[in-house]
Amino acid sequence: MSLKILVGCKRVIDYAVKIRIRPDNKGVVTQGVKHSLNPFDEIAVEEAVRMKEKKMAKEILAVSIGPQASQDTLRTALAMGCDKALHVNVDEKSAETLLPVQVSKILAKIAEQEKVEMVILGKQAIDDDCNATAQMTAAHLNWPQATNASKIESKDDKTVLVTREIDGGLEEIEYKLPIVISADLRLNEPRYATLPNIMKAKKKPIDKKTPSDLGVDITPKMEILSVQEPAKREAGTKVADVDELLTKLKEAGRI
Amino acid sequence: MMIKRCSVILANQLAKSNSSSANLLKNIQPLSCNGIRWNSTLLIADHTEETLSPLTLKTITAAKQLGNPITCMVAGPKIGPAVDALKTVDGIEKILTIESDSLKGWLPEVMVNVVMEAHKKNNYSHILTGASSVGKNFLPRLAALLDVSLISEIIGIKSPDTFVRTIYAGNALMELKALDAIKLITVRGTAFDATPIGSADCPVEAFAAESATAPANVKWIKSELTKSERPELTAANRVIAGGRGMKSGENFKMLFDLADKLNAAVGASRAAVDAGFVPNDLQVGQTGKIVAPELYVAIGISGAIQHLAGMKDSKTIVAINKDPDAPIFQVADLGLVADLFQAVPEINEKIDKYISK
Repeated sequence: MSLKILVGCKRVIDYAVKIRIRPDNKGVVTQGVKHSLNPFDEIAVEEAVRMKEKKMAKEILAVSIGPQASQDTLRTALAMGCDKALHVNVDEKSAETLLPVQVSKILAKIAEQEKVEMVILGKQAIDDDCNATAQMTAAHLNWPQATNASKIESKDDKTVLVTREIDGGLEEIEYKLPIVISADLRLNEPRYATLPNIMKAKKKPIDKKTPSDLGVDITPKMEILSVQEPAKREAGTKVADVDELLTKLKEAGRI
Repeated sequence: MMIKRCSVILANQLAKSNSSSANLLKNIQPLSCNGIRWNSTLLIADHTEETLSPLTLKTITAAKQLGNPITCMVAGPKIGPAVDALKTVDGIEKILTIESDSLKGWLPEVMVNVVMEAHKKNNYSHILTGASSVGKNFLPRLAALLDVSLISEIIGIKSPDTFVRTIYAGNALMELKALDAIKLITVRGTAFDATPIGSADCPVEAFAAESATAPANVKWIKSELTKSERPELTAANRVIAGGRGMKSGENFKMLFDLADKLNAAVGASRAAVDAGFVPNDLQVGQTGKIVAPELYVAIGISGAIQHLAGMKDSKTIVAINKDPDAPIFQVADLGLVADLFQAVPEINEKIDKYISK
C-alpha cells in the first residue's frame, strides 16, 4: 500500500484544565487557557505515522479547522511525523457554533481535492463531545466508516481489517479502501514529539484556506441559548469504618 | 400549491387516523410547508437479536416529551424478541419492522439507507435513537446525508427544537436551539427513566426496504462480546467499580464477589483498563460508558475528570480510597478512607447481614 492519508487535528482546551463558564453564560472561558491537540486526534496522527513507518502510507496531510492558533496543533502533528499541513481558518466567533456538520463537509472537500484514500479522525473531540465528524465525513464522501477503531491491519493493497469497540465487546469488519476511520483510545499510545522533530516541523509547510475557498457554508445550524455549570453534588460525609458505611447504605435503602 | 398538498395529506391522514382532529391539528399547527408534513417522530430501536435494549425504553420516554406521534423502527437480522417487547409499550403509534440478513452488525452503511427510505416516505420531523454504539455510529451519517446537524447525547428536552446536552466531559450543560427543519438526536439513556412495558398492542407493519442490501466494500466478520451473568453496566441499579488501586486483574475478584451479592455490574476506571486489569468494555467515563445507577461504589479510583464524567449522576456515590485528598471524595456521598485490601474483604464478610431481603 502506498496511501495518502488525511488526519484531522482539532485544537481543544487541554484535557487536564478545569473549565470555567463565561459570565455571559454563552460558552466557556478559552482566553489564556492551555489548549492542545485533541487526545483522540493525537491517536489518529500516531496511527497514520505508524502506517507510514510500515510503508503502508506514503504521505500524511494534517488538517485543522479553527482560529489562527490552530496552527500550533498542526505543528504538533508535523512534529509527530505528518508531512504537510492545511489550516482552514475560521474566526473565534464562527468557531463557537461550528459543528461536525460543517467540519465534515470541509474535510470531505479536502479529501477529494487531495485525492487521499484514508481519513483518520479522533472518535470525538473532548470539548463538544459530539462523536459525529468521522461518520459525517464518510457520508459526504460515500465511503465506508470504521468508527471506534482499536486495531487496523492491512490485508492487501486495497483492504483493511478493523477491530471496533462496541457496547459489550469488540467486532471485526473488513473494508475496501477508500475509508474513513475514527480512532478510539486503545488504538495506540501516541509518541512524544522530540525536540529535533519539533525543530524540523517548523520547516514543514502549512497551507492556508478558508471554508469559502472550499465552497462550504458555515452558517450556524444551532443557537447556543446558555452554557451553565451542572448542579453541584452536596458535600458528603466520611465514615469511620465498614460497619458505619454499611449501616448508612442500608438506612438509605441502597443495599 | 404547497398548501393544497398539505391539506390533501391532512385529509388522508384524518381518514386513516384514530386521533381526534383536535389532536391532529395541534400536531400540524407549528408547521411550515417546507417539506415536512407534520410533526412526527421516528425512533430507531436499539436491540440485540435476543432482546430489546433497556436504552430503547428510555429513548421512548424522551420521544414522548416531543409530543409527536411516535413510529418505532426495529431493524436487524433477527427482530422477533424486540418487536414482541415493543408492541406492549404504551404511546407508540406504529412499529415498522425490517428483518434482513444484510443488517447483520447494523452496519451504518446499510442502516442509513433503510432509515432514509422510511424518512422519504413519511417525512419525519424528528429522528431519534439511543446513544448506543450502534446509534452513535449510524445517526451522524444519516444527518450528513440530510445536511442537518446531529444533536448528540441529549439529557433534556425543553421544546421540540430546544435541547440540553453536556459538553467538556459533563463539566458544562449546553442548552441549544436546533435550527434545522429535521432534528436528528441521540439520547443519553441515563438521563431519562424507562417507559414501562405496558399492555398495549401496537400495530406492526413490515417495511419492505429495498435499500437493505449489504454494501460491496464492507464485510462484517465477527463480534466478540464479553459474556457476563451480571447486569449490563449501563442498565444496572448498582455498580461496583475498581481503579488503579486494585493493583491487578486478579484482585478484581473481590469486586466480582461483592457485585454478585448486590446484583451489581462491575465497572472500571480508564487507569484500570489501560493497566490491563479488565477488558475495556467495563470502562466508565467520558470515553467509556456513562452510568447513573442508584449506587456507585468507587474502589481505588482517584476520580479524574474523565471518570467523573461517566458516573457523577449516580444517586449515591460511595468512595473507598486510602488517599483522603483523592478528588473522588468531593463527589462521594459516603467516603471511607481505608486500604481497600482490608475494607473490601471486610465488606464482603459483613454485607450479608445488611442486605435487605
